[in-house]
Amino acid sequence: MNELKTKIRIDNFNFYYGKKHALKNISMNVPEHRVTALIGPSGCGKSTFLRSLNRMNDLIEHTRCDGTVVVDNVNIYDDAIDVVELRKKIGMIFQRSNPFPKSIYDNVAYGPRINNIKEKKQLDEIVERSLIRAALWDEVKDDLSKSGLALSGGQQQRLCIARAVAVDPEILLMDEPASALDPLATTKIEELIHELKGKYTIVIVTHNMQQAARVSDFTAFFYMGEQIEFDETKKIFTMPGKKQTEDYITGRFG
Amino acid sequence: MERHFQQDLELLKSNVIRMGSAVEQNLFNALDAVMKNDAALASRVIASDGTINQFEIEIDNMVVDLLALQQPVASDLRLILAIQKINNDLERIGDHAVNIAESAYRLTETPQDEPLMEIPNMAKIAKEMFQQALDSFIHLNALQAQSVLESDDRIDALNRGMNSKVIQFIKNDMKSIEGGLELLRISRNLERVADLTTNIAEEVIFHTQAKIVKHHAAEEKQKKQ
Amino acid sequence: MIQKKILSASVSSATALSAFFILAIVAVVMGNIIIEGSSTITWEFLTGKPTEGMTQGGIFPAIFGTFLLVVIMSIIGVPIGTITAIYLTEYANQRSPFARLIRFAVNTLAGIPAIVFGLFGLGFFIQFVGSSMDKALMPAGQLRWGQPNILWASLTMAILTLPVVIVSVEEALKSVPRELREASLALGATKFETIWKIVLPNSLAGMLTGGILAVSRGAGEVAPILFTGAAYFLPKLPNSLSDQFMELGYHIYIMSTQSPDVEATRGIQYATTLVLLVLTFALNFSAIFLRYRVRKNMAH
Repeated sequence: MNELKTKIRIDNFNFYYGKKHALKNISMNVPEHRVTALIGPSGCGKSTFLRSLNRMNDLIEHTRCDGTVVVDNVNIYDDAIDVVELRKKIGMIFQRSNPFPKSIYDNVAYGPRINNIKEKKQLDEIVERSLIRAALWDEVKDDLSKSGLALSGGQQQRLCIARAVAVDPEILLMDEPASALDPLATTKIEELIHELKGKYTIVIVTHNMQQAARVSDFTAFFYMGEQIEFDETKKIFTMPGKKQTEDYITGRFG
Repeated sequence: MERHFQQDLELLKSNVIRMGSAVEQNLFNALDAVMKNDAALASRVIASDGTINQFEIEIDNMVVDLLALQQPVASDLRLILAIQKINNDLERIGDHAVNIAESAYRLTETPQDEPLMEIPNMAKIAKEMFQQALDSFIHLNALQAQSVLESDDRIDALNRGMNSKVIQFIKNDMKSIEGGLELLRISRNLERVADLTTNIAEEVIFHTQAKIVKHHAAEEKQKKQ
Repeated sequence: MIQKKILSASVSSATALSAFFILAIVAVVMGNIIIEGSSTITWEFLTGKPTEGMTQGGIFPAIFGTFLLVVIMSIIGVPIGTITAIYLTEYANQRSPFARLIRFAVNTLAGIPAIVFGLFGLGFFIQFVGSSMDKALMPAGQLRWGQPNILWASLTMAILTLPVVIVSVEEALKSVPRELREASLALGATKFETIWKIVLPNSLAGMLTGGILAVSRGAGEVAPILFTGAAYFLPKLPNSLSDQFMELGYHIYIMSTQSPDVEATRGIQYATTLVLLVLTFALNFSAIFLRYRVRKNMAH
């Protein structure tokens, strides 16, 4: 497992909401083409951490951070970084599926169009490929002009995944992607994550420990803004190194 | 969409089958070594026990990971629990095969050729039982597993018969005391193999029918008596 | 227990009574206007000019004038209001002094009585802007812009309705879920692309509603145009921005207070009021319909 290539290297990362110290000295190496799960109780900072990885936190006023987040040898918090370009490389899937109130086709084509891909044939190809990759193609191929909002919750979330992969990112950040879905739709999303990791590096925040266990290769346990433990998921769920981790995953917390 | 958990489960199952084949190979070779008085074959069995132990550890880890990470339920859970026990049973059958091979090896060093008495019979039944049990696991076939349970009594009877025969044999010729003891050991090991094989069959029935056969069997026995 | 029941029953009947009272007022007002006015409404009334000192004839110049006022007002007011609202919600730092100042100004504007806008229009647009333009553009002594006309009236009206536009567009923009903006930004869209392609299309329904509500408010106001462009009596239609115009609300006001024979205009007053009401309601309903259509389109 040691030969795994690191995709994202986080070093001594701190994050503050105003005076609140939300993330404390986080350091971890997120391996390439693996699924890394972030778990921990509400308010532990896992979502904040996820959103730090594509600088979505920049949108919130009165926040600041220090430390480095290095993606492919580039510190994304460097002043010279173009955040817009960065976000093309790092896709994000949100907790509530949020397709645009547009057709399925236009949803998936949104990112490519922003990147100035105008040619119909090329867009058609990207849309089809992305929908196939998100395991949604078979269900929607006959009516791509249907509104994305007319799909079921699970389908909407897969549409969002298709939309994210359409811009060819290298990393996918997922913020509780299945928390609003029924068990069957959840299983589909989990399977999809399993398939996507061949092509992308995935970081997923989940409230559902079992989900973290099922889908991830590595797991980080966060508590009160600190990274308590980061290890192979197998290790975390069979022989965690810290008592706090053990207490959390066995439900003996607090 | 097939869940990748199902693939993991299939992989686990196929590992058990591979381990079962390795154990089968060793058991059969050990028994052949007894029958043919073949020291080389016996040594081979003894040497290859490491592979089986390796299998056991690997399957054990897979079982723990699947339980911890996939939270299996219903038939998946029963299969994994059954596999955990079958894994244990197979490993011990492997150990008994080694014991038999060791006895076979020592028999080749005794001065005279001992009559094998009930051993060929027992070996035949044990082989059949083992093949049946493994087959019933591969196909998760409860009926086939059921037939394994019935053969166990025959082995037990033959094993009991061996005792008196070996005593008679030793009485006739005190020089054959070593060989006689080895024969008894082989017989006892075979009896244990049959017991463990029966366990495997019971696990298969547990998995397929979710009913604990051992207890039912006990009740039925009580009724008969 | 019984006391509680009595209390509860009396509260529920009291509230129902108040609600019924509102309904009754609407019914009486509408009924009165419809009964008194509908008999006068004819095709000639709608398309003709007023004659015989406004005791006879039609009200077409007033309908046309009202329509023109509303259109020019919207062309000027809606874009300015929309852009201001976009700045306030999307770009301004919500806690910055500048944004607060703008918000304060908008609120103040909303609280100013309509007649003050009329006076402002007279003082600023006609006497300052208009007169300056005349001095610069026209031969000496000639008045063209330095007098009441439809342009100044529309501008005054635009300022009056600006707060309505700003507030309703702001509401519409805020109603676009954060998730949609984030989804767009996360795909590598710039802020402008996100506003242009996601926020604006998704708040279109709300913005349209806001715009139309502003328009319908404007259509019903008389005070701002009193000094800035409405004509007492002008049987011809305006053909330039510097012309005066007739307007429905003003026309009603004139007929009911300034007419030489108020009694003789009674029927026309009711009919004109009915036309004004129908126009205002039509605008409101079209706002509702537009919003419904846009929402429906989004969902399919």
